[in-house]
Amino acid sequence: MTDAILDSTRPAERSPDDRLRTDPERPEWPNIHAPDTHLIAADAGHSRSQLLRRLGRNPSFVAGAGLLLVIFAAAVSAPVLFPGDPLSMVARPLLWPGQDLAYALGTDSLGRDVAAGLMHGARVSLLIGLVATTIGVAVGTAVGAVAGCRGGRIDDILVRIIELFQTVPSFILLVVLVAIAQPSITTVTWAIGLVTWPTIARLVRAEFRVLREKEFVMAARSLGFSDSRIVIREILPNALPAIIVTTSVMVATAILMEAALSFLGLGDPNVVSWGSMIGSGRELIRTAWYLTALPGVVIVLTVLSLNLIGDGLTDVLNPRLSKE
Amino acid sequence: MTPLLDVRDLTICFPNATPVRNLSFGLAPAEALAIVGESGSGKSLTALALMRLLPGAARIASGRVRLDNDDLLALPEVEMRSRRGRDIAMIFQEPMTSLNPVLTIGRQIAEVLQLHRGLTKAQARREAAELLDLVRIPNPERCLDDHPHRLSGGMRQRVMIAIAAACRPKILIADEPTTALDVTIQAQVLELLDRLRRELSLSLLLITHDLGLVGQWADRVIVMYAGRKVEEASPGILFERPLHPYTRGLLAASPRLHDRLHYRSARLAEIPGNIASAATQAGCPFAPRCPDRLARCRTNVPDERDAASGRRVACHVDLTESSRGLHHDAALSY
Amino acid sequence: MTLLSVTDLKATYRVGAAPVHAVDGVSLDIAPGETVGLVGESGCGKSTLGKTILRLVEPSAGRIAFDGVDLTTLPERRLRAYRRRLQMIFQDPFASLNPRQTIGDILLAPLNVHRVGSRPDRRRRVSAILSQVGLPEDAVARYPHEFSGGQRQRIGIARALILGPDLIICDEPVSALDLSVQAQILNLLADIKRDLKLSLLFISHDLSVVRYLSDRVLVMYLGRIVETGSHEQIWKTPRHPYTRALIDAVPDPARRRYAAPLPGDLPDPRNVAEGCRFQPRCPLATELCTRQAPELRVTSTGHQVACHHAEMTAAPSAA
Repeated sequence: MTDAILDSTRPAERSPDDRLRTDPERPEWPNIHAPDTHLIAADAGHSRSQLLRRLGRNPSFVAGAGLLLVIFAAAVSAPVLFPGDPLSMVARPLLWPGQDLAYALGTDSLGRDVAAGLMHGARVSLLIGLVATTIGVAVGTAVGAVAGCRGGRIDDILVRIIELFQTVPSFILLVVLVAIAQPSITTVTWAIGLVTWPTIARLVRAEFRVLREKEFVMAARSLGFSDSRIVIREILPNALPAIIVTTSVMVATAILMEAALSFLGLGDPNVVSWGSMIGSGRELIRTAWYLTALPGVVIVLTVLSLNLIGDGLTDVLNPRLSKE
Repeated sequence: MTPLLDVRDLTICFPNATPVRNLSFGLAPAEALAIVGESGSGKSLTALALMRLLPGAARIASGRVRLDNDDLLALPEVEMRSRRGRDIAMIFQEPMTSLNPVLTIGRQIAEVLQLHRGLTKAQARREAAELLDLVRIPNPERCLDDHPHRLSGGMRQRVMIAIAAACRPKILIADEPTTALDVTIQAQVLELLDRLRRELSLSLLLITHDLGLVGQWADRVIVMYAGRKVEEASPGILFERPLHPYTRGLLAASPRLHDRLHYRSARLAEIPGNIASAATQAGCPFAPRCPDRLARCRTNVPDERDAASGRRVACHVDLTESSRGLHHDAALSY
Repeated sequence: MTLLSVTDLKATYRVGAAPVHAVDGVSLDIAPGETVGLVGESGCGKSTLGKTILRLVEPSAGRIAFDGVDLTTLPERRLRAYRRRLQMIFQDPFASLNPRQTIGDILLAPLNVHRVGSRPDRRRRVSAILSQVGLPEDAVARYPHEFSGGQRQRIGIARALILGPDLIICDEPVSALDLSVQAQILNLLADIKRDLKLSLLFISHDLSVVRYLSDRVLVMYLGRIVETGSHEQIWKTPRHPYTRALIDAVPDPARRRYAAPLPGDLPDPRNVAEGCRFQPRCPLATELCTRQAPELRVTSTGHQVACHHAEMTAAPSAA
């Protein structure tokens, strides 16, 4: 009998039904299940190399990552390609793109180089987007995890706090926070982090509440594992796919928020940002529309790349979710 | 008697597998036929194929399903749609997911009646109440206005049966109808199905993994393994003297059928390995797990043939009828 | 001598505002090396009882004594030492294994947490357990989804065994498995129980499985034990009408087209009948049953039953 078991554990020897179950084209069919079949998970393979391979084959992810990489390269190479302050006047104002090849994307009403502005602006946008999201995810995960695991009174209190944040429109809250704290890169980053954490907190709480009741968590408790170990080793890795997917979209939101703040003139006045470029160009939109269009396109492309990455990650990390 | 439903050489394919192969059987009017098998045997897909409701990538590669004088597989989809519910109806394992949670029970039954029998709203409601009474739901009038979540699992399955019986079908396919239910409720539902079979003279195709249930309620049993029929017999003969090694193994492994077995004195007979081993098998799908296998079992698929006591079996081995007790004793090697 | 002694245990959970007594005053003893079967239908509280004994669900009243120590009042930190000796096997072999850990991780983690032996010791222990439950040694590097249902249940059993427990609570360990695989797992449980001299609390809705694997059987209905006795007593001379109904409801090829289904539906645990809880479905119910809840009492056949009319069921079962 042992032989047969040895035989049948070879992955190549899955039953016909097993292979059907991993067929991505097959719809959810709730009614065919005999006792043994219905729970075989559709996600094949959790090992890192397999995940990477599947990401590499996902068109959304590849397109999004490629685009983001270009923007990232622009941000990194900005000081080399455009040394000097992008806010300083370098040429005649309102040069159109292509008019003077030294300033390929033209200059604005104060004679600042648009190309330099876009590249340096990428630094600010990406920096704020990533750091603010890190803050939001860290706070949100911590709050969500505590609420989801502890339950009871603590959960009630934390949920009220989350709701409090979510009832106030987040952008208005952001404006108030920045207005109080004097705009600078640091304060803008913190403020964005502080208004976005409830999204993650809600998600993590919901995930944890579901996972907490799973039998493998019960099993961990029955084996005498400590609470922190259960959270870190058992629950968190299973909640991670959802967190990662949401994070990619949150970076996009943070970049949009920063742009909107700068557009309103509430960004850091000492750095150039895509939002502030649109803001200063908007009065000339009839005569020099490229001043708003170029940074606008760059923002759209950045947000698009992050959303594509999010879609790709959803497909690969949550095969069940994406099928629905 | 010519069968009401005649299935010939039914083969179901997925792009990379063949879960049902060359399956043939007939179903007589008012007969209760059971298809038994474990998960992966293809029994549920067979049921869905008869309804032409196969999921996504699955398709019927070959075969014929004759009901009265029509080949169901050749009918245009529009025509088939009107046959579903009217000629063949089906109930599923999960009474929880088979009902629409936002519509009242009355609406869901009436919908079928209006669609297939062209009744008016008021007629349909009256008829729906009668159907609920037929399936012995207490207070049918009140139940009509309830939503599914107010009913227990057993009651929901009764509602599903009422919907299936609404158009007086000739054939009712019940796919694991009681697997999700508790034992005392299971007995009620099976008793109900059998009563409908008699009173409405409908043919019952019972798909199940539960051997005991088959023995109690079916007139004829088909045992399936990895997409093929391995044995067909009346339950009395099958349980007394199983022929195919798989059937014998299953009966011996079932603690239900061995009243006196206790773990301190005897082991249950095991069928070694699992059904996954059939996938890479060129010959008989059961060969890797079979205690009696011959050399050719690994290479040639056995044909179905007639055997003693009017049954059919697909096995190369020259089978002699063994009582299940005998087979079982052989396994008591402690 | 008893290994586990549960006295008047209660577990309550809330549905909205209404408290539901999932376990309502259950007492039971398990001796070393004994297998006790616990049968009941869904919602009767059998699973909650199992989890409450392990304090995975907190009891609201009663006492759980394990090897003389009262576990009910023990703080979680000190309870952890006892968790090694009390283990559980879960129903669903798919949900009970963390999908993101390899089998090696799953089996090593308990040894690491409880600091059992040295690193090489732990590895050796894992391979020994794997071979004991009939799995190949190279399973350690694989993930749960690479295994079939029966094999995953073997992994679940290996995890329960790894710390060398005295008592394992098996919560429907075979009900998600196919018949041919079910026999393998039942035999495996019988083998390890005998080899390791374990006690088992075997929870199942399937009377025939419980009868095969139990020395003593408890029948539970709506949070209470309604009958207990040896497996033979319960099977041959059931005294509680509910036990009788459960036995009659087991499909049996010998009873062609006959079932005497127990009338009525599974009761709503939020809305328990006055008096005897089984009385609304009971064929023997009298006015007395609606007034007074019967206590467990010893019958002439030597087993305990909670029924006012136990003597009336003395006639042999219809089978």
